Amino acid sequence: MQQLWAKVTDHLDPFLFAVVTAIAALGLLVLYSAVGETLGRVISQSQKMLVAVTIMILIANLSPQFIARFAVPLYVIGIVLLLGVALGGELVKGARRWLKIPGVGNIQPSEIMKIALPLILAWYFERHEGSMNWRNFLVAAVLVIVPFGLVVRQPDLGTALLIGACGFYVLFLAGLDWRVIVGVAILGGLALWAAWELNWLHDYQKERVLNFISPQNDTQDAGWHTIQAAIAIGSGGLFGKGWGNGTQTHLEFLPEKHTDFIFAVYGEEFGLLGGVVLIALYLLFIGRCFVITANASNLFGRLMAGSMTLMFFTYAFVNMGMVTGILPVVGVPLPFVSFGGTALITLFIAVGILMSVQSHRKLVNS
Amino acid sequence: MASELRNYDQELFWFQRRLSLAAILVVVCFATLLGRFVYLQVFQYKHFVTLAEANRIDIQPEAPNRGIITDRNGVVLASNYSAYTLEVNPQKITDLDVAIDEIGKIVEISARDRRRFKRLYDEFRTNDSLPLKSRLTDEEVARVAANRYRLPGVEIKARLFRQYPFSELASHVVGYIGRISQGEKERIEQQQLTSSYKGSDYIGKRGIELSYEKELHGSAGSTEVEVDANRRVVRVLSRKPSVVGNNLQLSLDIRLQKIAEDAFGSKRGALVAIEPGTGDVLAFVSKPGYDPNLFVDGIDTESWDALRDSPDKPMLNRPLQGGYPPGSTYKPFMALMAQELGVRTAGQTISDPGYFRLGKGNWNDDKPGGHGLVDMVKSIVVSCDTYYYQLASELDIDDWHGFMKKFGFGQKTGIDIDGELTGILPSREWKAKRFPKDPKLHVGDQVSLGIGQGYNTFTPMQLAYATAVLANRGVAYKPHLVKRIVDAKTGEARLTQPSPAYTIDLKPAHLDVVFKGLAGVVTDGTGRTAFLNAKYVSGGKTGTAQVFSLRGAEYKASQVAERLRDHAWYIAMAPIDKPTIAIVALVENGGFGAEAAAPIVRKVMDAYFNPALLDAAIKRDVPATEAIAVAAAQREVKRAR
Repeated sequence: MQQLWAKVTDHLDPFLFAVVTAIAALGLLVLYSAVGETLGRVISQSQKMLVAVTIMILIANLSPQFIARFAVPLYVIGIVLLLGVALGGELVKGARRWLKIPGVGNIQPSEIMKIALPLILAWYFERHEGSMNWRNFLVAAVLVIVPFGLVVRQPDLGTALLIGACGFYVLFLAGLDWRVIVGVAILGGLALWAAWELNWLHDYQKERVLNFISPQNDTQDAGWHTIQAAIAIGSGGLFGKGWGNGTQTHLEFLPEKHTDFIFAVYGEEFGLLGGVVLIALYLLFIGRCFVITANASNLFGRLMAGSMTLMFFTYAFVNMGMVTGILPVVGVPLPFVSFGGTALITLFIAVGILMSVQSHRKLVNS
Repeated sequence: MASELRNYDQELFWFQRRLSLAAILVVVCFATLLGRFVYLQVFQYKHFVTLAEANRIDIQPEAPNRGIITDRNGVVLASNYSAYTLEVNPQKITDLDVAIDEIGKIVEISARDRRRFKRLYDEFRTNDSLPLKSRLTDEEVARVAANRYRLPGVEIKARLFRQYPFSELASHVVGYIGRISQGEKERIEQQQLTSSYKGSDYIGKRGIELSYEKELHGSAGSTEVEVDANRRVVRVLSRKPSVVGNNLQLSLDIRLQKIAEDAFGSKRGALVAIEPGTGDVLAFVSKPGYDPNLFVDGIDTESWDALRDSPDKPMLNRPLQGGYPPGSTYKPFMALMAQELGVRTAGQTISDPGYFRLGKGNWNDDKPGGHGLVDMVKSIVVSCDTYYYQLASELDIDDWHGFMKKFGFGQKTGIDIDGELTGILPSREWKAKRFPKDPKLHVGDQVSLGIGQGYNTFTPMQLAYATAVLANRGVAYKPHLVKRIVDAKTGEARLTQPSPAYTIDLKPAHLDVVFKGLAGVVTDGTGRTAFLNAKYVSGGKTGTAQVFSLRGAEYKASQVAERLRDHAWYIAMAPIDKPTIAIVALVENGGFGAEAAAPIVRKVMDAYFNPALLDAAIKRDVPATEAIAVAAAQREVKRAR
């Protein structure tokens, strides 16, 4: 028993775990209010958290070298499943994102890619450590573009961008030439601008692009979401309306209030003060991740930890950015807070990888 | 090996630089988020609080109950009842005809309902729902409710409806209400009454309903409720009750009105009965009338076209808007004026050869060979034209104008419903203005004017007013249809206090001569047949207004097309020694006044002086029908308190 406890705690980063626990606890608190002060979903979310934390501990116990062994199979499985989705996925609201696997249930292969892509890139770069040249980056780019393209086709631009971002972070940290980064950015921007301004696109195509950005909803609904969220947050003021007192929340004005838009509930009920506390918690969390990344003992660990760190940041920033209206509405949950099991497990796997990188560093050094 | 090591170091160096860059990016992005929070929650706080409140709170207007209109004895002429209506919101429906067919499978939709809805839709084009069928039975309501999921844009609403229990009777007095038009909406906004009309769909369109709109309408109340995003009411926050409109008690006696309208039968025309000592209008007839109930929930196009295009002009308010020459009914006023202006004395006689000649002009009397020696009383009794041809030729037209003006000829009487015609009381100024090519008023013109023909154009209301002023010996009361305005809440009544508007200074002796003449008409003259065996002593005067001048040929009513026949007049007052009622009747294309108009006045007067006849006129379900309406209004008041 003591041995088991030691196994659990040995690889747990106390700081990281404490901060995540704080964020998750805050999340459950908000969730309780968001679902109309009932316990059902709060309990279900707590159970999912327990499962996710268990997976996290398991992964933290694996060494990065062992984790790296999953890189190729996981990536291949991910691609195969994405192809499967493209061919025979469940059509929901005009998009194919889910795959029904008999005996397993519905899975969303794009979620696997969020981990699998950085994993294979980190594995690939480590194999070529010390002798990296442009050919390696070209191969890496192909590894990014294939799943990215498949997810774009579903269509799910939001998730595709997240996957692309996770891949890009690895390339960036691996030292992708600035000239290439800037060049591609300029070319991409120009192409977009040209397509838009020179009317290469028909109006209906533009509309499609706009709907593409916010896939679940048409533009009008997305507008309503953003407006109602802004009203909720703005009317929260400095200290908020108090837990369970948000009128926007409780009179059903807020859409998706327990999932993607949960931050609007938080902002309405806890105000600016709450916002500052949450940002501070995320900064502490991400800061610790940065430290782990910087101290990682090998390239795989560094790249993997770094991309996971930036993934957390991306989730948090994009979610809060879209809810407060500075970014377009894409389906990104608020990490550790939004209701939903899939994203939670992905996130805790990522935390587990970071803990593994951190805890196994000592072992390697010694 | 060395280069590989160098590469390792280089890669680590690059990595750390890039990691630092990423960390900076993280800090900058989170700082941006914080800035956004501050912007939303500090700088825009008030704005968003307002929006959140607006989201949360809904103001539901509560239309007031419209005031009730009763006659002078409390008989209800316009009341409200609550009923369910089936309303359709055209905005939510792609194909109206298909949707109405669909509804028709559930409740019966008549062709008239359809036409009426089409007309409303064409007229208003609003975003609001419009009534398709009103007065649904409980069963129909249940059926629609059960099928609601199949009928998007269809709703059932409980609404108050206006009801005119006497339908055509007194329709030109009471008028009707209808849906608020765009123009009326703008007027309401201009008068800053928007808040009073929140939730009101109807407004007075004609008659008392129009002219007393301000009194009848009341003022909307509102309920402040908290709603969720689906606009479902969560709870009531506060309630401001509506203010019920004031009730109106008319001076009209619906019994007398009924007798008068029945007396007309199918004839077209007008009748006004006034109480000279108060200005109370006791009866106000315009025939034909129309059923105001048709307008309440929107009239359909076909019914409206039929009313509008009918040659009988049922929508014309004849007492107010019909201009006619007064014919011989003008003579008593001429006689009074002749004495007052000192042009004639009562005893002065003329010899009537049956015509009057002046210069090249020749005017015939009605009676070939003339009436012989005629004094003033006789001139009225026998309606001697020659007497008045001669008199008129001696008068100054502006003196004439000045005198007749005081009796209200060619002036608006100021009665309390809208749309009154001014009419024409000729003067030098008028002639010059109206006929700039022939600006002079010739003596020949005056001769015709003297017997109430020619340019003279008066409304039956004006003639009734003049008759009432004459009957009241010059003391003029403004004629009015509304006697009392009763506050439905407090029961407090504002009296339309009858006080004399002005008094015309007239010599009693002069008046007596005219009265003697009027009495003579009934005992020995043109009114004799109509008033044979009357149980009261009345005075009167017949008149015939020329519709078209017959040159030379003898007037034979039977040979003239009905529409070209003369209009028949009769003016009357009784009892002649101190009149309590003055009546004027006009029968369009009725021919001679004695035959067409006088018998109608006789019937009205008989009833006026015989309560038994009056009471028999209408079935008065005392207290049932009236009480129900009044009680309903009162109940509403109690609830509002």
